[in-house]
Amino acid sequence: MNIFTKLLTLLGALAMASPAMAQEAMSLDEKVNQAFANATGPFVSFIFAPIPGTSFPWIVMWLVIGATVFTLYFAFVQFRFFGHAISLVKGDYSNPDDAGEVSHFQALATALSGTVGLGNIAGVAVAVGIGGPGATFWMILAGLLGMASKFTECTLGVKYRNEYPDGTVSGGPMYYMSKGFDELGLPGGKILAILFSIFCILGAFGGGNMFQANQAHAAITGLTGEYPGWITGIVFAAIVFAVIVGGVKSIARVTEKVVPFMGIMYVGAALVVLIVNYNMIGWAFGQIFAGAFTGLGVAGGMVGALIQGFKRAAFSNEAGVGSAAIAHSAVKTKEPITEGFVSLLEPLIDTVVICTMTALVIIISQQLIVDADTGNYMLNEAGSAIATVDGNTGVALTAAAFGSAISWFPFVLAIAVILFAFSTMISWSYYGLKAWTYLFGEGETTELVFKVIFCIFIVIGAAASLGPVIDFSDAAIFAMAVVNITALYFLMKLVRAELVSYSDRLKAGVIKKYEH
Amino acid sequence: MSLKLVVGLDGHSTGEKALAHAQTMAEKSDGCELIAVYIIEWSPFTFQTAEENAQRHKRREEEIAIAMERVVTPAVTAMSDAGLTIKGVVRHGNVADVLDDIAKKAGADQIIVGRSSDNGLSSRIFGSATSNLVMSASVPVTVVV
Repeated sequence: MNIFTKLLTLLGALAMASPAMAQEAMSLDEKVNQAFANATGPFVSFIFAPIPGTSFPWIVMWLVIGATVFTLYFAFVQFRFFGHAISLVKGDYSNPDDAGEVSHFQALATALSGTVGLGNIAGVAVAVGIGGPGATFWMILAGLLGMASKFTECTLGVKYRNEYPDGTVSGGPMYYMSKGFDELGLPGGKILAILFSIFCILGAFGGGNMFQANQAHAAITGLTGEYPGWITGIVFAAIVFAVIVGGVKSIARVTEKVVPFMGIMYVGAALVVLIVNYNMIGWAFGQIFAGAFTGLGVAGGMVGALIQGFKRAAFSNEAGVGSAAIAHSAVKTKEPITEGFVSLLEPLIDTVVICTMTALVIIISQQLIVDADTGNYMLNEAGSAIATVDGNTGVALTAAAFGSAISWFPFVLAIAVILFAFSTMISWSYYGLKAWTYLFGEGETTELVFKVIFCIFIVIGAAASLGPVIDFSDAAIFAMAVVNITALYFLMKLVRAELVSYSDRLKAGVIKKYEH
Repeated sequence: MSLKLVVGLDGHSTGEKALAHAQTMAEKSDGCELIAVYIIEWSPFTFQTAEENAQRHKRREEEIAIAMERVVTPAVTAMSDAGLTIKGVVRHGNVADVLDDIAKKAGADQIIVGRSSDNGLSSRIFGSATSNLVMSASVPVTVVV
């Protein structure tokens, strides 16, 4: 009896203590978040600060101005060499003796799997949901301009990559910053390279990892119901660990095949929705053009549509960020500029095709509520976004739009989100690793340290709702663009020299197609 | 008359049969040049991770070295010992396309291959390397059984 009473008392004490303990744990979690937010807050608010007197974040302006400068400096290279880029991807100019090396197609596909993802599904819904159909117009424009930024950074990425005696390659902005500046006799290349590497590592842990894990968990719980995030985190971390540390090729091979398939399926489903509603395509484009210049009643009018379009295009295709320069640098070519031409297809596929498809489906499915009297879009109660049929925003809005035409598609979409998140993590683990080894040197131990930290961040990302951390990592990705575009302004004359030489030889017939 | 024969090796008994047949043909002719080819199946249109891309050049060298060492060099040595003129080649690509390409460029009279060793679903749908070669080759093909 004595023991029984003691047990009861103990249980009672435990029952009393556990809420208190939970509360303490929560407050500890909050403390960590708070401390992190305080430490990084100034940096985050600096990166996303609006231009004085507007609500336009200067970082978006920075990316758009960069893209415009490169477009003009290279005299609309994205249009002049568009056909040539397609030819290169098809392998018309590939030397048959180089068979077995990384092809232009493979380099492009690898880079695309790093950018196609949540930006195309959720990001576009946010843009259209806030900025209205008109945001699509500005998004397409930003995508077209961004092609020139990619061209510039990827040409330099291949030109200044490191090729090691054992046959492996490492490339990316840190290499063209240090080597390119040295070549031009400019100071500061090394400092830019170090800054870029630091931001790249932070971006890889955050936007390229925690944000993805978090969204993948959200997508899974959307299908299965709520369960603790750390479970998703550990499963994802184990799979990523097996791929990047264990070198388990079979998993990577499955994703390699499934991810492009999901991408094609996504575009295919969008086309089905468009074909079913073919009589509304003209109307949808009408809405896009009308909205681009009038706003059709959205919050902030035309400028509101423009900000959302530009912002989401930049988030989605990463043009000017520098990440693509790392992905593209492994290609086998004697002419670095050919990879620049190929890379300019990336924003086209990512933003101009896939994002536009998403936008059209959302517009055509009439998820956005129109005021019958004025023809303008109605705002939600808060006045912050357009009212939608079921009050959906973000990825739920995209799901509802597809679901209105293909009822089972939201399930496929959830699986697509998970797979895209996984492939984006694998890509960013590599980008982060390259920056890490640039700072700390190449070597198995240093690489392993990075990879283990990377996997730990997956668990943290899936488990916690780390608002400030995600803000910070987004800011880090854009900070990469500040450093990268600065360097590109100094180095772009090197790219122009390559462009002039290459196009002269192409015209003179020195560069020929190979017979296949 | 002088012959030039391209022989497809696959590292299995089917390739050895093709080589043995080529040897018989060569010994019957007066003056024959053999080209022993091993092809590593590869396509430029696959999807790879960034890390695989970075190591691709290294892997390619390794693949070629292994194929040379295990398949091509033993064949070349055996034929040379038998007093025949032979050259060994390792290439990446589509088996049927590359065999035909090598034969065309070398001005070969004939391609000799074994009956395909690949089977399974994909070869049922897309055809085996041997049947594709027979369909598309620009020089005569002998299939050894």
